[in-house]
Amino acid sequence: MTPEVRPERLVGDAPPVSRRLVGLLGPLLGLLVIIVAGGMAEYLKPPLGGLFSDLLHGRPIQAFSDYFSGGAPNYWGPQNQCMILTQTVMVAIGAIGMTMIIISGGIDLSVGSVIALAAVAAAWVVRLLAPSSAAAAGLTGDSALWLPLLALAVGMAVGTAAGATNGLLITRLKLAPFIITLGMMSFARGTAKWVANLERIATPSNWIMAFTEQRITLVDILPVNQAAGRPGPVFAFPLFSVPVSWWPGNWTGPVQTSWAVLLTIVLAVGAAVVLARVRFGRHIFAIGSNEATARLCGVQVERTKVWIYSLAGALFGLAGVTDYGRLTVGDPTTAIGKELDIIAAVVIGGGSLSGGSGSVFGALIGALLMAHLRNLCSHLDLPNFVQEMVVGVVIVVAVWLDSLRQKKKA
Amino acid sequence: MASDASQGAIPPAVAAAAPPVRLRMTGIDKSFGSTRALVGVDLEVRPGEVHALVGENGAGKSTLMKILSGALQPDAGHMVLDGAAYAPRGPLEARAAGVAMIYQELSLAPDLSVEENVLLGVEPTALGFVRRRAMRAQVEQALALLHHGDIHPAARVRDLSIGAQQLVEVARALAAKARVVVMDEPTSSLTQADTEVLFEVIGRLRNSGVSVIYISHFLEEVRAVADRFSVLRDGQSVGSGEVATTPTAEIIRLMVGRELADVYRRMPHAIGEPVLDLVALSGRKMPRGASLQLRRGEILGIAGLIGSGRTELVRAVFGLDPVASGQVRVAGVSTTGFGPPRMLGRGVGLLSEDRKSEGLAANLTVADNLTLSRLRPYVRWGLLSRGAIRQATGEWIRRLGIRTQGPDQPITGLSGGNQQKVALARLLHQEAEVLLLDEPTRGIDVGSKADIYALIGELAAQGKAIFWISSYLPELLGVCDALAVMHRGLLSPKRPVGEWTPEAIMHVATGGDADPAPAADAAGNPISAARPSAGAKETRA
Repeated sequence: MTPEVRPERLVGDAPPVSRRLVGLLGPLLGLLVIIVAGGMAEYLKPPLGGLFSDLLHGRPIQAFSDYFSGGAPNYWGPQNQCMILTQTVMVAIGAIGMTMIIISGGIDLSVGSVIALAAVAAAWVVRLLAPSSAAAAGLTGDSALWLPLLALAVGMAVGTAAGATNGLLITRLKLAPFIITLGMMSFARGTAKWVANLERIATPSNWIMAFTEQRITLVDILPVNQAAGRPGPVFAFPLFSVPVSWWPGNWTGPVQTSWAVLLTIVLAVGAAVVLARVRFGRHIFAIGSNEATARLCGVQVERTKVWIYSLAGALFGLAGVTDYGRLTVGDPTTAIGKELDIIAAVVIGGGSLSGGSGSVFGALIGALLMAHLRNLCSHLDLPNFVQEMVVGVVIVVAVWLDSLRQKKKA
Repeated sequence: MASDASQGAIPPAVAAAAPPVRLRMTGIDKSFGSTRALVGVDLEVRPGEVHALVGENGAGKSTLMKILSGALQPDAGHMVLDGAAYAPRGPLEARAAGVAMIYQELSLAPDLSVEENVLLGVEPTALGFVRRRAMRAQVEQALALLHHGDIHPAARVRDLSIGAQQLVEVARALAAKARVVVMDEPTSSLTQADTEVLFEVIGRLRNSGVSVIYISHFLEEVRAVADRFSVLRDGQSVGSGEVATTPTAEIIRLMVGRELADVYRRMPHAIGEPVLDLVALSGRKMPRGASLQLRRGEILGIAGLIGSGRTELVRAVFGLDPVASGQVRVAGVSTTGFGPPRMLGRGVGLLSEDRKSEGLAANLTVADNLTLSRLRPYVRWGLLSRGAIRQATGEWIRRLGIRTQGPDQPITGLSGGNQQKVALARLLHQEAEVLLLDEPTRGIDVGSKADIYALIGELAAQGKAIFWISSYLPELLGVCDALAVMHRGLLSPKRPVGEWTPEAIMHVATGGDADPAPAADAAGNPISAARPSAGAKETRA
């Protein structure tokens, strides 16, 4: 008889629980490397000099704390780190929406324009309905609450409409998302300029601006420890305070964050739960992984896609409103080129442009990573074009490293 | 088997009327434009039987199954499922009614887990949230029914072997409470071992009362798993019967409508001077030190299991994969390290095993595919002459009897057999003298296979050297002059085909030494021994 052949490796094991975390580890590591290396690089700058020039010139190295008591890198300062978080909000919210689109195997190039359109629309609503008495001083009375709320709703509605249009055109005309959203990119930008009449829309200040401002004090670092009657700072938390014996002199002042940052975190957690645990979320993965199969298994592929683009559009609209809050005006030329930052954030965070994989938290890390790069470059007094060059290199290196990791696993 | 309605097993009262019927398709008509794909087709499937649906490519099997699964609507005719009228308007309705399809190309979402794939579209949910525990329980139950609790429900499908993926598809059918499971060429990408596992699973499906419609080109497989068969030819039902009482030759006669006196007809051809020499050729991993000489007019078969390094061998010869050590010589001149363009220039051509993703350019026409590797003759004043290309393609279509609407038809519109003929025509068109053929007859119908065997014989008679990889022993034994066997990257010495038996080939292919094993059992004829299916036979008893 013919020799018997046993089946080989039929068994499939459950992936280790840590696998998803390991996926995040790469981008996180990259972020840490940038933070550590960036702060150290700041020593090289002439006014600080410090550690590096000591090393370079063979001088005896002083105690580590000496450097910090004088002037530590501003980039490393908690105030700056928190500011980066606030600066990331717009790209981060956009990246949450973009993650869903990219997991489904799609792409949305119109983000930047939709953000601008939503920002302009929100500002336009406030300017239109603001009582004439409200000047630059800000909104008062009844309208102080509901008018910005209405502006927020209009901004998100505009984003949703743009997303739904994208989704409907993609599924009805059966054209590539790249083409449809490229069209929307131009169309939405034009619309924004039309609505804004080619100007920035100035409005009375209101809570949307406060929302994106750093208003929540996590800890206030007081330069002089008045309580103990001796020099040295005090960490004044909202409910208690802790005196410390040393602290870099330039790292004093309140460490603050904004409501927008907290909202972003809540949105990210929500989106991650939807993607992992809700049927809709699993269908997004199924469509991106194998659309034909999803259709075969009764997934309403077209309807789901329209939902994905609409939901992402709502998030883009929200991002636009936060942009209006941060700039305090509705600027039709805002967020030009941000679509690339947002897509890059998703891709750095483990998203695959061919669909089927991606992670919300990965995308947030990706967004942070690029915000850090930009912030760092300005701290190092590097010109703008260097930032752009560095960001370009980082995108390619990050995705290349990720592909190496994937290959090793296989 | 209680539910098996074979002769004698039925109570007399029922037998007098008719055996129980799970599915009856009556007078199904379907036309696409002026093409009549199906003409009054009847099909009757009983509960708890494996029903083989056979026929050449283009006979209408796929169309019939698409109608059954709701993907297409028939122009006429009706279907009855377990006594109730059945007219699905879409795949979802068919699935709900208990008709499940398992396709040739696996239709799984590779990034999702086993359980998510099995229950895709029918996930148990509460307020939109997937109920993980219920999902796990349902999937474990389905896998246990297949006796494959060893597949973890949380495993990612991408990480599973093809065989295990196939089982996930079967589990999906089970989870959908399928009463009729259609399997379209399920073994075309499976190893022999996985095929046996699948056959066992099919046996279990049958034992649990599920009807299986099994589509296959391998009549040995049909013989191994099926109880009854139906044959389609040119969109018409031409016969059905019990597999056990029908000789294979009769089934082939029904399929092709003519006697296939000898599928493997040998053509006289003379063997000339050596043209391809491999000297201790090693790739990065495989092959390992392969040495071989191929002569003009010689048909050399390379047997071996899937994964034994045969494909890596031809790819290394053709310069698609790097050569780690050793030499390739074409007509005495070393071509080691040459890439495909220079190998083409030396008259070497490769037919890829992967027709869909590598062998042919799916978006292009027949003419584009056929002439892609040699466009120079059609350049006029620096521009390609479409007319000349079309004309030349037309000639090849005639010479090889390719069934197509014409040179401008997209290649995907052709049947598998005809696509393969286009791929072969490309090698001939580029005037290759050494033809490296990697599984040229995989997944094509009997008629096209016979055409390709004849063509290979003809080419050898013209003095071309044929290097032919195949997993199908009968064709190797039937057509080749000499055979060598690969096992884990090692190539056995080449021997004249007369010195090999199927047993000896399997012996070497599974790691025995190259000496032919003593033939333990003369009972196995070449055909049944080629794809041993002992497991399936047992489940049938």
